[in-house]
Amino acid sequence: MIENFDLSLVDWSRGQFALTAMYHWLFVPLTLGLAFIVAIMETIYVRTGNPEWKRITKFWMTLFGINFAIGVSTGIILEFEFGTNWSNYSWFVGDIFGAPLAIEGIMAFFMESTFIAVMFFGWNKVSKKFHLLSSWLTAFGANLSALWILIANGWMQFPVGMKFNPDTARNEMMNFWDVALSPVAINKFLHTITSAYVLAAIFVVGISAWFLLRKRHILFSKRSIIVASVFGLTSSLYLVWSGDGSAYQVAQKQPMKLAVMEGLYEGKEGAGIIVFGVLNNDKEYNDDQEAHHFKVEIPKLLSFLGYRNADAFVPGIKDIVEGGYTYVDENGQTHTALSAEEKMKRGKMALNSLAAYKQAKADGADSLQHASLQSLEENFQYFGYGFLNDPASIIPNVPMTFYSFHIMVALAFWFMLVFIVALYFVYKNQIEKQKWFLRLAFVTIPLAFVASQCGWIVAELGRQPWVIQDIMPTVAAVSQIDTMAVKVTFFLFLIVFTALLVAEIGIMRKQIQIGPKDE
Amino acid sequence: MSKNVFIRVFRFYYEGFTNMTVGRKLWAIIIIKLIVLFAVLKLFFFQDFLGSKFENDQERSDYVIEQLISPK
Repeated sequence: MIENFDLSLVDWSRGQFALTAMYHWLFVPLTLGLAFIVAIMETIYVRTGNPEWKRITKFWMTLFGINFAIGVSTGIILEFEFGTNWSNYSWFVGDIFGAPLAIEGIMAFFMESTFIAVMFFGWNKVSKKFHLLSSWLTAFGANLSALWILIANGWMQFPVGMKFNPDTARNEMMNFWDVALSPVAINKFLHTITSAYVLAAIFVVGISAWFLLRKRHILFSKRSIIVASVFGLTSSLYLVWSGDGSAYQVAQKQPMKLAVMEGLYEGKEGAGIIVFGVLNNDKEYNDDQEAHHFKVEIPKLLSFLGYRNADAFVPGIKDIVEGGYTYVDENGQTHTALSAEEKMKRGKMALNSLAAYKQAKADGADSLQHASLQSLEENFQYFGYGFLNDPASIIPNVPMTFYSFHIMVALAFWFMLVFIVALYFVYKNQIEKQKWFLRLAFVTIPLAFVASQCGWIVAELGRQPWVIQDIMPTVAAVSQIDTMAVKVTFFLFLIVFTALLVAEIGIMRKQIQIGPKDE
Repeated sequence: MSKNVFIRVFRFYYEGFTNMTVGRKLWAIIIIKLIVLFAVLKLFFFQDFLGSKFENDQERSDYVIEQLISPK
């Protein structure tokens, strides 16, 4: 996203990446979640032998297929952008980003492509059990693809398992498992895929509600609602759990993101979490204005969620910029936080050491080369700060992150309520009479996509200015290309993606209007 | 039914594709999309910046280091 629409190369490159990533993420979560819902429905069909369940499975499978076909390969554009717009970044991350993406590509091709063909072409041609196995493997394959992408993203949020090579300017993977099993990556994966399951469940409940409103396919709709609501409610509970895990990791690894998510400028012990609030947009990190015009908060919950201690100190934006507070690292050691200014000094030292190393190597000055390398390694954790000129530049866009986070959380609880109420009305055999609820369930569909997008805004905007946390800011990652080229492709993507979205909605709408076909 | 596995696989896909209904439209979209992505966008707008500008990895490394250590 773009905080300031100054037409700079960095902002246009960021805007373009955000545009493509957000459009891509309109298609992906529905694929991830619907694949499992379809597999569950087919499992019921195979176990019961009831042809109505085959009819239900085939209808949702058709919608899954439409979404998959329209969305497939939209993510490739992001890889184009890495090579063209973000070449410094692409080179700098080396094989750390390349390995997970390569595994993702191979897995996606072999698992998804093979078993999707069996899913769609294999009815009455392969055995019921093999067909069912293919549906489950398609679902697992799609989710495994997401795993590798999210491992790569998790590394950007918390870079581990690598060593910077000053001769090649690349980070080299030292331990694959540190990268793959990083707690940030694992939590990110679990939270992201469960959010996708909830989105898909809301989609199924909403479309089924639409059928009920029109008094069409009553039994089909009720059964779809039961499967989707149970799946959605279970996923929602897991979503809350994984969200807690993600927030804990953010508190430990990206405290600025946590402070911005809550609009917390002044740190405090026993910090509360805001349920609802209105930010004071004129607030600067170092002035005395109130941070919120209005807020309703649950006392001590932020401290508890972030540090598992209701009285723990949660640093605010000002504390993180100015430093001086104490914190405990992952090894249990207590440290005093450095100010952003001090980190900038150490970052510049790292950059100067890299320059001195290169020069010493060219001159054949071994001792200077060794000393420069040592200084670079000592200060490498602050490498990215060397590119910054203002301590306040480590503060992300507070309103966008704060509101996105709170909208996402509020909607997640709303979805949970929708699943519970849907199951209650189905249990009472009254759901088709509850027009108000059916309308609400239907209009909740776009809200699921809003929540999903908000999640990514929090994750990505909340870590600005970093493209790799503390190591590389966005400004150093971008290629020196013509801004006009980025603008042109920005609008080209806007046209292409909008056309795809319109096609998806049009084809889906037609299939939904046709409804499930009789066997 | 033929015992040759390749023929069976071919028939499986052939019959699957020929019996498609909504799938035909989707395949048309997929093919058009891939042409736009690879034959237009990738070819004309998204060339690998470092790959196209430099001969070898050493030159690419030197360029990126220069980019990193040059004051912004």
